[in-house]
Amino acid sequence: MESSILTLLIFVPVAGAVLMLPFAMLYGKENAHYYKWIAAITTGIQLILAGILYLNFDPALSIAESPFTVQMNWIAHFNIQYFLGVDGLSIPMVLLTALLSFICIISSWKIEKQALGYFSLFLLLDAGMMGVFLSMDFFLFYIFWEVMLLPMYFLIGIWGGPKRMYAAIKFFLYTLFGSVFMLLALLALYYYSDPHTFSLITLIHTVGSIDAEIWGISVKYLIWISLFIGFAIKVPIVPFHTWLPLAHVEAPTAISVILAGVLLKMGTYGLLRISYPLLPGEVVNFAYMLAVLGVINIIWGATNAIAQIDMKKMVAYSSVSHMGYVLLGMAAVISDSPAGAQAGMNGAVMQMFNHGTITAMLFLLVGMIYERAHHRWIIFPNDYEKPELAGQQGFGGLGAKVPVYTGFVAFAFFAGLGLPALSGFISEAMCFIGGFSVFRTLTIIGTLGILLNAIYFLRAYQRIFLGPLNEAYKDLTDISHRELFTLIPLVVLILFLGVYPAPLLDMISPAMDGIIKIVQSVI
Amino acid sequence: MENYSTTLALLNLFLPLLSFVILIFFGKKIGNAAHWVALVLISITLGIAISIFANVFVNTGLPILETSVPWFSTGSFSISLGFLINNEAAIMLLVVALISFLVHFYSVGYMKGDPRYSRYFAYLGIFTFSMNGIVLADSLIMMYIFWELVGLSSYLLIGFWFEKESAANACKKAFLTNRVGDIGMFIGIMILFFTIGTFQINGLVEGVHNGAFAGNMNLLTIAGILVFMGAVGKSAQFPLHIWLPDAMEGPTPVSALIHAATMVAAGVYMVVRIFPILTPGALEFIAVVGGITAIMAAIIAITQNDIKRVLAYSTVSQLGYMIMALGVGAYQAGFFHLTTHAMFKACLFLCSGSVIHAMHHALHKLKDHDTDPQDMSNMGGLRDKMPITFWAMLIATLAISGVPFFSGFLSKDAILAGTLSYYHLHHGWTIFLPIAGFGAAVITAFYMFRLIFLTFFGKPANEKVYAHIHESPFQMTFPLILLAGLSFALFFTLPLSVNPIDNHGWFTEAVPMIENAAGLDMHAVEEGIHHAHYTAMGISLTVAAIGILLAVLFYLLRKVDAAKVAGVANKLGLYNLSFNKFYIDEIYNFIIYKPFLTISWLCSKLDWDVYDQKFVDGWGWLTLKLSDKSGEVDYNWLDQKVVDGFGKITQYFGKNLKLTQNGVVQNYLLGGMLGVLLLIILIQQF
Repeated sequence: MESSILTLLIFVPVAGAVLMLPFAMLYGKENAHYYKWIAAITTGIQLILAGILYLNFDPALSIAESPFTVQMNWIAHFNIQYFLGVDGLSIPMVLLTALLSFICIISSWKIEKQALGYFSLFLLLDAGMMGVFLSMDFFLFYIFWEVMLLPMYFLIGIWGGPKRMYAAIKFFLYTLFGSVFMLLALLALYYYSDPHTFSLITLIHTVGSIDAEIWGISVKYLIWISLFIGFAIKVPIVPFHTWLPLAHVEAPTAISVILAGVLLKMGTYGLLRISYPLLPGEVVNFAYMLAVLGVINIIWGATNAIAQIDMKKMVAYSSVSHMGYVLLGMAAVISDSPAGAQAGMNGAVMQMFNHGTITAMLFLLVGMIYERAHHRWIIFPNDYEKPELAGQQGFGGLGAKVPVYTGFVAFAFFAGLGLPALSGFISEAMCFIGGFSVFRTLTIIGTLGILLNAIYFLRAYQRIFLGPLNEAYKDLTDISHRELFTLIPLVVLILFLGVYPAPLLDMISPAMDGIIKIVQSVI
Repeated sequence: MENYSTTLALLNLFLPLLSFVILIFFGKKIGNAAHWVALVLISITLGIAISIFANVFVNTGLPILETSVPWFSTGSFSISLGFLINNEAAIMLLVVALISFLVHFYSVGYMKGDPRYSRYFAYLGIFTFSMNGIVLADSLIMMYIFWELVGLSSYLLIGFWFEKESAANACKKAFLTNRVGDIGMFIGIMILFFTIGTFQINGLVEGVHNGAFAGNMNLLTIAGILVFMGAVGKSAQFPLHIWLPDAMEGPTPVSALIHAATMVAAGVYMVVRIFPILTPGALEFIAVVGGITAIMAAIIAITQNDIKRVLAYSTVSQLGYMIMALGVGAYQAGFFHLTTHAMFKACLFLCSGSVIHAMHHALHKLKDHDTDPQDMSNMGGLRDKMPITFWAMLIATLAISGVPFFSGFLSKDAILAGTLSYYHLHHGWTIFLPIAGFGAAVITAFYMFRLIFLTFFGKPANEKVYAHIHESPFQMTFPLILLAGLSFALFFTLPLSVNPIDNHGWFTEAVPMIENAAGLDMHAVEEGIHHAHYTAMGISLTVAAIGILLAVLFYLLRKVDAAKVAGVANKLGLYNLSFNKFYIDEIYNFIIYKPFLTISWLCSKLDWDVYDQKFVDGWGWLTLKLSDKSGEVDYNWLDQKVVDGFGKITQYFGKNLKLTQNGVVQNYLLGGMLGVLLLIILIQQF
């Protein structure tokens, strides 16, 4: 059982997608009922499996020692392995993926358009994401990375908003551009390491001895850069970020949730899983750069978010800002203060998880208002289709009309602006504390984010929910039971981890200690 | 014993939170009985606070309670949460619980009939919880956590009537302005953490004492000033004071509780807590900030007509006093003033609430929705109609003006002695501090009596409204009577002294002068204050008398025409300067807020319209153009010309050569012969 759980986590969704085919033949493609139930049950099983994994997970064990690890030859000739494993870095991501996938299926309940396609593609996407977080073989990792890409392309391109084709192709090309670099790094690591291997565990020990050069530049440096570009696009690190607001805005609600909640984490996850342990020397050289980029993300993302008049775009830019905290925390790995290094690294991984839950909640909430009002403008744009509304406030005073919904939004907004007792605060504070131990000036600039993030959330909150009720919404209905069902798990997690973060940190910190040790050994 | 005290402290902290949780989830069902839940829980909290407070009289020299538990740890980095109750904390707990209880009680009358009645009490609960957290916190990080949480409850309560645009603006402004200060506080905490290695307040004091900053005292000064930034925000000090007057948009009992007596005093309390690690340099900065705030806010208060705004600026000014006191080293005086001020200012606000309540109901009966029930120029003569409110407010006014027999006299006098002594020790520019102190004292007496005279004396501004004015119900007058009682000096000096001009009493015993670990000689300070005591008292009595006398001349006897004086002062723009609050809001709007929004708008244009649409998509455009070109080359040239060229050549030759295939055998033979001949020639060449 233990050794098959990781495989099941990946392939249960695939099985669900395959199972849809006979139903499609028997009952026709348009009968959404069957497909959403199949998807809900499969992701439900996946969530239970993830829960079992969590309960039996021992953070003290390394990948090699863990009973969950699966390692067997796949393409023996090239030493490509089917190698799955889970440690403190991946388990928060696995749990997040399983939870958000399930929630997203429930929130997609009203999808009627080509339901077969939607739910089967979603399950494939789910499998790809799980695969990325569980692969310990770089080749396998790369396969899953690409597997994710295609369903995502279609999910945005078919079920998205008015500019969905443009958004989908932009997302696809941007990511593919990064993938090419990752592929180069993958091949270089394979050929330069001795013995030739894709195993991320073996590579930790073999990459160090590479001292080859190409055109007078160290190969390791080139590998770092290639990997960095590949991952930076996913994070996204400014200036590789412009696919994100567009894709988020055009994607259907559930897909935005997955994009922001899970896909963005793959960038920083990849850095921590691959770049950090394999190339510690480059990490040390690049740490300052990472911190600079992190601070730029924080400030640039938040400044842009302030100017947005589309709720979804605002939340999208807030993601750019919040991922900056992760980068700043990660950069602290080189800190000569053990407390600083640990605060930064643990804070970064925790922030990845917490941003996942918080931003998921934000997108779900935006989706709910969109479903009711058919728009999500905070302020109507000047070229709005109905000229009498252009430049007017989109909503206003909803707090009196839909108090429960308002309460959830307030909760999510305050979580987003890092209010203590909600999970985002601790991880953000730890990223800053870590960053401060190495990069004082940069971190001080970064702390401006504390203010900037509050500005756009509170401005939006005021414009939408406070003030006199906009008469156009006097018949607005409050939140439904199904919607409550999608939000409550997130609320519980955000509150629980805000009040008591130890369970999450206890899982993460042994893995971070390992990475810190590797990086610090080359200083 | 320790377990017992810990349990008490935990109950004290969490009971108000329980009230919040119950009322948020079941508030709709409980409806108009919501206050019972809240009142029962806050009463127990008050009882516990009293029992903790009782320890103040047991002088052991040790904190009443010091305990902590690990919160989380990653190995080298860990944070623990805990309680540190010393005498200051115990007094503060009582102040918070008492005022909170009275405000709960008062609100039963004041908030009656509000559609969100239960939510109001829920918010009061979460506020009391967060405030107690600040008081109990044993570490700066824990304090910071609750610091932000009181910010949240303040946001919720200021914006309680969020349908009003002004309330919606005010709550946002309060939260954001506070966050500016919080950033500084957070950075300061980080400096202290990485130098000393702990967040615990006692650990920090010990670390500084043991020379963690030795040779780098400037860093400690900077850290101290940065942490103090938090207090600048929360305690509404210049230049972040702008949020507090706007915060008056909240219900008046909330103003009394949060924006007068407790939360805004949290900044002062925080400075009290970290006082031992503040260097003389940091303290100097703190004193100046406090001095500027005290005098500036007092000047603004003179010209305000909204009864709550007068009190709001008065609060800012009094908070400035407390901060200035701590800055000059008058630790005891600063904290003393916090305590006395909490009582009389809460009383003043609740009295103003009583007046507004009465005005509101009178106007409501007359169906008059245009007259502002908070504008003092619509009042006048109310003392006959509202005797309890009048007497309570008068007593509190005497206290704030620094009249003997009242609590404010003792604490203010001690602060003024502190500023005088500071000047005696440092000379030079520091004369600003006593000037600010005494100047603010005269102005305070003036504007407070102006308020009393405009509201309660003279002729009613509107007879119709006046006819409908009634004294407030018992739930509202009871807290007034109690708080007015607590504005007498006696309660702070018993049992050691009944002399109205001597501040020695249980308070001075409970909160003695403490040592400063960062290089300030507290004995010199104490001695200086002692020497300055009588001089300060003399001056402060004189200025209070002048202030009151002026107010009598202007607003009671009307011997001097206030409007005329205002007109003369305005020749130099003075009246407008005060009336418009030194234009600080406008300045911020003009130099910070608007430009920032423009920058953010420009950034978004840059990010999307320029960078993405032009640059990033430019590459796409370029690729498309190139592929167009290469497609063109591929087809028109390579395919059509080269590839098809071969075909055409072949075709040409084929067409012409086929003519040789004419079926005449001799010709074939001739061709064959010529071919063989050619081969022979070629072979011979090589």
